Amino acid sequence: MSLAELSILPLGTTASILGISTETVLEQRLQALGFRVGKQISVIRKAWLGGPLHIRIGTTEVIMRRCDARSIQVSPD
Amino acid sequence: MTNSINCNKCNPDGSPLLDVLTTAGLKQIAVLGMPNTGKSTFFNRLTGANASIGNWPGITVDLLVAKIKLGQQETQVVDLPGIYDLRGFSEDEEVVRRFLETNPVHLVIIILNATQLDRQISLALQIKHLGLPALLLLNMADEAPKFGVQIEPAQISRHLGMPVLPISAKYGQGYSQARNLIALELSRQLEPVLAGKVEKNLVTDAEFAAEMGALLQDGFQVSDAFKDTLTTKLDRVLLHPVFGLPIFFGLMYLMFQIVYTVGKPLQDWLNLLVEWFKNIALEPALSFLPKFPHDLLIDGVYGGMATVAAFLPVIWIFFICMAIVEDSGYLSRSAYLMDAFMERLGLDGRSFVMSLMGFGCNVPAIMGLRVMRSPALRLLSMLVIPFSLCSARLNVFIFMTTALFSASVAPLVLFSLYLFSFAAAILTALIFKGKYPNQEPLILELPPYRFPTVKQMLLRAWSETRHFLRFAWKFIIFGVVAIWLCNNLPLNVEPASAGTISGSIGQALQPILGPIGINPKLSVALIFGFIAKEIVLGGLAVIYATKEDAGLAGAIAREIDWVQAYSFMLFTLLYVPCLSTVAVIKAESKSIKFALLGVFWSLGLAWVASFIFYQGARGLGF
Repeated sequence: MSLAELSILPLGTTASILGISTETVLEQRLQALGFRVGKQISVIRKAWLGGPLHIRIGTTEVIMRRCDARSIQVSPD
Repeated sequence: MTNSINCNKCNPDGSPLLDVLTTAGLKQIAVLGMPNTGKSTFFNRLTGANASIGNWPGITVDLLVAKIKLGQQETQVVDLPGIYDLRGFSEDEEVVRRFLETNPVHLVIIILNATQLDRQISLALQIKHLGLPALLLLNMADEAPKFGVQIEPAQISRHLGMPVLPISAKYGQGYSQARNLIALELSRQLEPVLAGKVEKNLVTDAEFAAEMGALLQDGFQVSDAFKDTLTTKLDRVLLHPVFGLPIFFGLMYLMFQIVYTVGKPLQDWLNLLVEWFKNIALEPALSFLPKFPHDLLIDGVYGGMATVAAFLPVIWIFFICMAIVEDSGYLSRSAYLMDAFMERLGLDGRSFVMSLMGFGCNVPAIMGLRVMRSPALRLLSMLVIPFSLCSARLNVFIFMTTALFSASVAPLVLFSLYLFSFAAAILTALIFKGKYPNQEPLILELPPYRFPTVKQMLLRAWSETRHFLRFAWKFIIFGVVAIWLCNNLPLNVEPASAGTISGSIGQALQPILGPIGINPKLSVALIFGFIAKEIVLGGLAVIYATKEDAGLAGAIAREIDWVQAYSFMLFTLLYVPCLSTVAVIKAESKSIKFALLGVFWSLGLAWVASFIFYQGARGLGF
C-alpha cells in the first residue's frame, strides 16, 4: 500500500516504518525507543480530544502526540 | 525518571561526601542502564542500600556511590543516571558521557530490560564500541516469557564480546551468579579504562543498525502469540476513553483517603508519645531552670522536635503510596490520560506527572522538570507545581480540619482543598501560557504494569523520610523557636499578648490580613510558614499553648470559627510553599526575577482567593 503518516494510521493495523524526518534530537530519542526504518509499528489507541497516540513498536509501548507522529512515514502492511 | 530525581536531590546540609579522588587502591564499577530497567533496584541489592552521595569534578549532578567488597577486592560502585542513548542531548546523557570520558573504570555493568532487548541492546553496543570492559545483565528475565520473548544469552555474548547473564533484580534470581561474575570480571581487569570521545568512537547509523540486526537475529526471538498480556488487558480499562479519567481521579482520592485514615491515628499516637516523654522525663529534668529558659527549651525546642515527629507518619505513608503509583507504571499512563487537557494549558503530560510528584514534595518535582528540554515548558511548569498540595501542607490541613470539623466532614474539606490546588494550578497555566509558549515533543515510554515488592516500597518511604529529616529538622526547630521568642519577648509583657513582638507584627499586618479573617496570632504562624509550611503547625502549637494546657485543637477551635480556619487554610495552600522551593526555582530557572515572579504571583493569588472566600462566606451569614 501507499505511504502514510503514522498519525493517520488506523487503529489496530500494522505498518512498517519507511522513514523518520525530524530534528536530530527527537530522531535519536525515537531510535533509542526502537523506531528504526523497517520496524513494524502499530497504533493501539488514540486519546480523545486530540490527545496522544498509544503506539507499540516491537515489545515497547510509548505514547506520542499526534503532531510528533506526523514526522514518521509508514507503509501499512 | 525516578532515578534522576533521587540522585539529584538537594542536599543543603552537606551530608558526608565520599572523597572520590583519593581512591587509588579501589576498583571502579559504573552501573549503566536505560530508564525503567530496575537499575536502581539492582544497585541497592548490590550495595546493600548503603550508598551515599558523591560528586565528581566537572559533573553537575550528585551521583549515588557505595563502597563494597567483591571477593577480596575493595570496590567503588557508582550508579549512573538511567539513559537511552550515549549520544543523547538530555542532561542525564551528558552526565554519563562526561563521566565515562573523564573517569577510568574497571568495569561497566550494563542493565537492560530483557523483554525490550530488541531496542535496548543499542546501549550495550555503544559501550562495546567505546571499548570499555563491560558485562551485560538482562534484568526482568522472569517477565520475558510472559511477553513471548526468547533470549539466547550465549549468542548475544558472542556478538557483544562481553559476558551476558539473565537476572531478576526484584526477586533476586540469578543475583548470586551475577555477583560472582562481576567479581570474576573485576579480578581480570587490572587497569582501569577511559572511554574515548563518544562522538568519535561510534559508527554510522547504517552500520550500527546492521550490527544490531545481526545480533537480534541470533539472540532474540519474539512470538506474536503472547500479545494479550495482563498489561494490555489492564490498559484496556485504565486507559479507556470514558472510564480512564474517572478511575484515575478515583484512585487519587483513594490514595489520599489512605494517607488520611492511616496517617492520622499514627500521628495522634506519636503525639501522645511525645507528650508522655515530656511529662515523665523532660519536665522533671528541667524543673531546676528559671521559667524563661525552661519554657524556651520545652515549648520552643522540644515543641519544634515534636512538630518534626508529627510529619513522619504522613510522609512515610504518602511515599509508600507514591512508590506504588510510580513503580507500577501508572504514572506515565496518567500522562497519557491528561495530555490532551494539559496541552490546552500549554503544558504536557509530563508536567502533570511532575505536579503529581509535587503532592509529595515540590522540591524534587521541580528538579524533575530537567527531563524537559524546552525552557518555556519548564518555566511554566515551575509556576504551576508550587500549587500542588505537598505533604507539609497536608499535615497542617489534617490537623486543622480535625480540630474544626466533624469527622464526617473533615475528609470532604480536605478534598475541597485539593480541588482548589488544581484550580490554582490551572488558572496559573492559563494566564501564563502565552508568555511561555512551547512546542516540545512528548514521547514517553509505557512500561508494563508491575507491582513493587514490599521491600521496594519500604526502601522508598524510608529514604524519603530520611531526606525530609535531613533537610527539614533545622528549619523547623529554628522556625518554632523563633515564633516562641517572638511570642515571649520582651520579657516584661504578658506572653502572646499584643505587647509582644509577634503581637506587634500581627497588629501591623491586620490591614492586609484582617479582611481575609486572619487574626494577629495566625498571621505570625503564616509569616514563619514562609520558611517552611511545616513550621505553621509547630508555630500554632507555640502560639496557642502558651496560655493553657488544653490540647491545641481545642484552643484553636475556641478562638476561631470554621470560616476563618478555611480562609487560613486557603491562604496556606496557595502562598509560597517554602524557602526550599523558592531556592530550587531560582536555581533551576537561573533567574531571581523569575523566582520572585513565582513568589508574588502566589501571594497575590492566595490573598484574592481567601478574600473572596472569607467575605463571601461572611456575606452569606456564616
